[in-house]
Amino acid sequence: MTPATNAAKPPIPEPILSAKDVNAYFNAFHAVRGVSLDVEPNSVTALIGPSGCGKSTFLRTLNRLHEEIPGARFEGEVTLEGENIYGRGMDPVQVRRKIGMVFQKPNPFPSLSIYENVVVGLTLAGVKDRRLLDETAERALKHSALWDEVKDKLRAPGTSLSGGQQQRLCIARALAVKPPVILMDEPTSALDPISTARIEELLGELKKEVTVVIVTHNMQQAARCSDRTAFFFMGELVEYDRSTRLFTNPQDKRTEQYITGRFG
Amino acid sequence: MSTASPITSPSPSRRPSTRPINPGDRLFRRVLMGLSGVVVAVLALIAIYLAKLSWPAIHEFGLGFFWTTDWDPVKEHFGAGAFIFGTLVSSFFALALAVPLSIAVGLFLTELAPPRAAAVVGFMVEMLAAIPSVVYGLWGIFFLAPLLRLYVQPFLGRHFGWLFLFQGPPYGIGMLAAGLILAIMVTPTITAICREVFRAVPNTQREAALGLGATKWEMIRLAVVKSSWSGVFGAGILGLGRALGETMAVTMLIGNRNEISTSLFSPGQTMASVIANEYAEAGSNIHVAALAYVGLALFVVSFAVNHLARRIVKRLEMGGTR
Repeated sequence: MTPATNAAKPPIPEPILSAKDVNAYFNAFHAVRGVSLDVEPNSVTALIGPSGCGKSTFLRTLNRLHEEIPGARFEGEVTLEGENIYGRGMDPVQVRRKIGMVFQKPNPFPSLSIYENVVVGLTLAGVKDRRLLDETAERALKHSALWDEVKDKLRAPGTSLSGGQQQRLCIARALAVKPPVILMDEPTSALDPISTARIEELLGELKKEVTVVIVTHNMQQAARCSDRTAFFFMGELVEYDRSTRLFTNPQDKRTEQYITGRFG
Repeated sequence: MSTASPITSPSPSRRPSTRPINPGDRLFRRVLMGLSGVVVAVLALIAIYLAKLSWPAIHEFGLGFFWTTDWDPVKEHFGAGAFIFGTLVSSFFALALAVPLSIAVGLFLTELAPPRAAAVVGFMVEMLAAIPSVVYGLWGIFFLAPLLRLYVQPFLGRHFGWLFLFQGPPYGIGMLAAGLILAIMVTPTITAICREVFRAVPNTQREAALGLGATKWEMIRLAVVKSSWSGVFGAGILGLGRALGETMAVTMLIGNRNEISTSLFSPGQTMASVIANEYAEAGSNIHVAALAYVGLALFVVSFAVNHLARRIVKRLEMGGTR
């Protein structure tokens, strides 16, 4: 169907998300250089690479958040389920409802309760049905493995939770609108090891229903939780392969140097 | 012996930063301390002198002074009710206009304006604060009041005359004019604080909202405005502090009539304007004392309001780095 990019090995027959020749700039700085990458449905895809390699910027082009930064520019094409999200007449607001995002620092809204934080995506979309909101809150919180810890204090402020709980609250918030894809930008980098382990565990559960693309600076994390891994370096996609293969038998010299800890 | 060398002075290490050993530093420190003391002393002296000057009126009229409205220098009976009413109405009317305007300008400057436009507009708003009060008064008398008298008040009277706020003959000068000029004068203060408050909202909050598929407007509402209410409240209180005590422009525009009227078209009087109007011709001691009593009350209230506003804003600044 889609032409196999030379980076995708083995080729993914029906990608849910597909980037073609993506270039991203900040003013004159060319941050992402001609990246093409297909994402398999119901999988976890990890983006790794040293700081400043463009992995986060690339991730933010996938839900059109990159363009919100002053001076940012984009070239290329990204298709979600066959539809170009940068196509003429595509509203970035609608795109972001289908491609959720979890950020580096847990960022629940401090003025909203736990419950309100979870369903805020729905209330933004105009949903008022109390039953639907209640059901969604419970489903999303169970799905993000937070329900048992918060079910008795749903009215408490979202910021009253611990850092790890806040991040799972943010995952629940993203899940609540049932997006086909969720992007995660180093979601555990601000968390302690135990909270990190819980979220990594959660990734395996999540992919039964959604497709996850996760940026991580932690190679062990990528090796543990992802099905495929893409290695970025200096704005380019160097190597993209099944994680088991990329971490044991990298094809590119630079990938090998990076995963063996010789730089980055 | 008496000229102890710095090295042998008793405990040089106890408070090394606040007890300089160099004689020049010691002198410098004493001069600065003295000058700072002068500021505190002036504040205390004003309060004491106001209290002393107003003592006959405090003794004569007590707290009832603040809710009786009878101000009669001939019969030597004084009550400040009408001025308190005028001060409250003009100040809150001004806030009702200035707070929404300031929120809008603050949001425009932090969230929407391109940086260059934000710099220009922000500078203009700050310049509003630099215009002398009397110039506002002049502009009010020769531009705003005729505008109100000829166009705005007849229009309001015709269409909203059923509301008690917009009844009576259009004078131009009056509570409406004073409130409008006050609104313009407090807008820079409130806008500046609102801008800081909105700027303190972390970008991660904005991205959280955008990432959920919020439009720009929804993002501003959800991530910026909702978490800024206490700061905006503090900004409003700070504006109130300015509006309560503003004298010159209000005196020129409010009409100076010692009466309570429910209509914004009517002339009125504020605590500040009655002092400015009458201090020169106050003949009797008790008249002077009554004016001082008004001044004392204004002093205390402004002090309290400013203190409250600073506390709110400061608490917010400390909690803002979440």
